[in-house]
Amino acid sequence: MAKKPVGPVRRAFAPWENPQSVPFIEFRNVTKRFGDFVAVNNLSLKIYEREFFALLGGSGCGKTTMMRMLAGFETPTEGEIFLDGQSLAGVPPYRRPANMMFQSYALFPHMSVEANIAFGLKQDGMAKDKMAERVAEMLRLTKLEKFARRKPHQLSGGQRQRVALARSLAKRPKVLLLDEPLGALDRKLREETQFELMNLQEELKMTFLVVTHDQEEAMTMADRIAVMDAGEIIQVATPGEIYEMPNSRFVADFIGDINLIEARVVAKVEGGTLLRAVDGWGGFDIDTIQETSAAVGDTVWYAIRPEKMQIEVGQAGPPAVNTVGAEVWDIAYLGDVSIYHSRLGDAQTLRSTVANRTRLVERPIAWDDHVVLCWARDAGVILTA
Amino acid sequence: METIGADKVKSRLGRLFVIGVPFLWLLVLFLAPFFIVFKISLSEIAVAIPPYAPTFDWSAGVSGFFETLSGFSLANYVWLTEDDLYWRSYLSSVVIAGTSTLLTLLVGYPIAYGMARSPKAWRPTLLMLVILPFWTSFLIRVYAWIGILKNEGLLNQLLLAMGVISEPLIILNTNSAVYIGIVYSYLPFLVLPLYASLEKMDESLLEAAQDLGCPPWKAFWTITFPLSLPGVVAGCFLVFIPAVGEFVIPDLLGGSETLMIGKTLWMEFFNNRDWPVSSAVAVVLLLILVVPIVLFQHYQHKAAEKAA
Repeated sequence: MAKKPVGPVRRAFAPWENPQSVPFIEFRNVTKRFGDFVAVNNLSLKIYEREFFALLGGSGCGKTTMMRMLAGFETPTEGEIFLDGQSLAGVPPYRRPANMMFQSYALFPHMSVEANIAFGLKQDGMAKDKMAERVAEMLRLTKLEKFARRKPHQLSGGQRQRVALARSLAKRPKVLLLDEPLGALDRKLREETQFELMNLQEELKMTFLVVTHDQEEAMTMADRIAVMDAGEIIQVATPGEIYEMPNSRFVADFIGDINLIEARVVAKVEGGTLLRAVDGWGGFDIDTIQETSAAVGDTVWYAIRPEKMQIEVGQAGPPAVNTVGAEVWDIAYLGDVSIYHSRLGDAQTLRSTVANRTRLVERPIAWDDHVVLCWARDAGVILTA
Repeated sequence: METIGADKVKSRLGRLFVIGVPFLWLLVLFLAPFFIVFKISLSEIAVAIPPYAPTFDWSAGVSGFFETLSGFSLANYVWLTEDDLYWRSYLSSVVIAGTSTLLTLLVGYPIAYGMARSPKAWRPTLLMLVILPFWTSFLIRVYAWIGILKNEGLLNQLLLAMGVISEPLIILNTNSAVYIGIVYSYLPFLVLPLYASLEKMDESLLEAAQDLGCPPWKAFWTITFPLSLPGVVAGCFLVFIPAVGEFVIPDLLGGSETLMIGKTLWMEFFNNRDWPVSSAVAVVLLLILVVPIVLFQHYQHKAAEKAA
């Protein structure tokens, strides 16, 4: 979620668009190998101050390795990492101005909540009264005042998560690293905590780097997302851009639901491209507002989100642009929306979603109904990779 | 009052049986011998078979039984307080056992720590190596130490050949040899529980400590050691309790001046043939050991409660 515009001029928070801004964290051509396995492959990334940045990807994509290199638990095989202009090469984890919230929380089981939070401050040799003040502040911030003297095993999962957060925030690090911060929480608590984290980040004006496999989590919280796969960054962009303008089939498929239609470039015109779905897809015409680098005759993919397609009961008329007739194959009713899987010919299905705006529908779409699917010129994107 | 169903009765009987068998076992094999020893400790030495009096005369019936009871006295216990040999033996046993326990901890902690931090694939092998000595008789292993420690033994030959020393070290038949023997013999009892508690420790705790600004050496004392305390305590008790009553090691490796209660007891029993006094020595030893055993149980109980 983008930050609220600040100041009298409504200006969005987007330092990455300004070529003048100096990155706060920079990965410069970083490679990490474990034996033969390349966990992170020649990767460069810039993260700006006060940004809420998410590394998103499946397990084994290298996102956790990136975070662990920044925290100092792994050393890059090649390349360098900079934090606030300083190279981190050779700096041990206990001297880095970054704190991490561990996926397992890693709370010290023999210490009370208070002692856990104070642990980092104690290492810095902070004065007793100042330390007590800071601990109290952290307890208040994470609503843990009542549990200050409890041991971690006397807390619920959500409370432990907050202790872990308080402990990693207590030292006011320049960067907070969050490793799957909400992974162990149930759905309801997760949603609440997402918003709490966003508010905290804005209040404390810190840079947050979160590692997650949960696209919803990344979309909700982050200013920008880096989608990773097999040690590479596939796309770095804002949640909106990632969703609406994915740069590849991988990103399109990873984030949300999408229909990927194989098509050929028929004509390239000013401010648009004409495509035709390949025969297996029913050979319908597609008109877009996007210009493509692909040449006429090349095979590309037309990606369109289910909610951007309209579905209506009826027989398909004469062939028209961005319109295709199909037969309803599967229906899933989720309450707020319904999902329809409609078959084109024998093999391919298109997925479309319809918001259930009214409680009662005169003639609901049923199985085996003939339907027409259509969409606007600007509804989908052309993908070449 | 609620009625108890047949199933409930059955399950109660089942439970009683499950608890009853080990209790019966303890009663027959521990409590009964203890009472025999206790009874002997209340009698007097006699030139007879068995070498004490009075003995139960079952032919005299009930009156004979009471007559025997009236013959019992605490004289042997009083004797234990009169001759300073006994309390010096007890004290020396506790000191030797305590010192050996500390030495075992110093040797055993790095071993257990190394095992717990070794690659996962090695751990079963290392564990096996710790247990391996048990496959040879304890007595033979202690005898083997005589061969290592004696004046012309392996250790002295090695040190002489290396030029570290110019004349043989006298280790055998001193308290040092007793310490070496106890540390060697009881090491596995300390390493195993300690390894168990170190191994289950989450390594991300150490990363978290480092992340919060704590250097690794300091993290050992603030995180690893406190979390391994249950293992340390369990291991120390498992070494200390049997070491107090140890007889074989001080007898074979120790010198004439090595004073341990196990040896004193043996001498009373076999050399003096004074069964009543040696029985009294054994009963008092048991009472002394009850203190650490109760402490140990209490600690284990608390640890179990904490874990739950």
